[in-house]
Amino acid sequence: MELKTKVHAEEGKLELIVTREFDLPLELLFRAYTEPEIVEEWMGTKVLKLENKKYGCWQFETTDPAGNKHGFSGTIHDFVPEEKIVRTFEMENSGFGVQLEFLEFEKLTEDTSKLRMHIIYKTLEERAQYLKIGMARGMGLAHNRLEKIAIKFKK
Amino acid sequence: MNLRRDVFQAIADPTRRAILVLVATHAMTAGAIAANFDTARPTVSKHLAILTECELLKQEQNGREIYYHLNPQKMKEIADFIEPFRKMWDDRFNKLEAVMKKYQTKK
Repeated sequence: MELKTKVHAEEGKLELIVTREFDLPLELLFRAYTEPEIVEEWMGTKVLKLENKKYGCWQFETTDPAGNKHGFSGTIHDFVPEEKIVRTFEMENSGFGVQLEFLEFEKLTEDTSKLRMHIIYKTLEERAQYLKIGMARGMGLAHNRLEKIAIKFKK
Repeated sequence: MNLRRDVFQAIADPTRRAILVLVATHAMTAGAIAANFDTARPTVSKHLAILTECELLKQEQNGREIYYHLNPQKMKEIADFIEPFRKMWDDRFNKLEAVMKKYQTKK
């Protein structure tokens, strides 16, 4: 079975590419990234600020199960509706550096669309560290989310 | 930090991934592995050295020949490494899709 989400990480490169095809029209996919209430819903984060424009900035905050708050923020360098968002991303107080993200949105058919996330890190070590976060998260958080979604569908 | 020993770096290369697939079923000599690629033999040797260095491949002496075979335990480590990251995004995107479908039907 073809995987819907793909991660491409080439050796010795500072970048990471995540692609995903959605059973959603481009318009809806883009809204999922730009409307604060919707971002909160699928990312499971609080949106403190989300300025969808060049020179704008964004700021999210999540609360872990232990009640600790974690800040995420960055600035928006380019914003073209239903086409692309270029922004920086930083996990505050995490020891991780800032990374540059190119989000490209593409229409496939009337009902399907594609997202390509191109992330650039300062060092190879940071890229490796970032991948390892997936490991820690993948185990805990994602499963919790999956369960919640499964419950939603049961209703 | 020696990047050459980083398992993740090792599997990021398509030729090295192909080598791992090749030896997955049975142990092979360097010559037999190289015969499967258009790449120059020294290049294949370099790939084998990297894969051995990070313990994805193990060498086994059999008479005069050295056979390379897969180290399944190390392979599992990789699967445990990149797959959760992919899964994390896959779950997030599944959620995005589920959430947006709701908005779609509202229209």
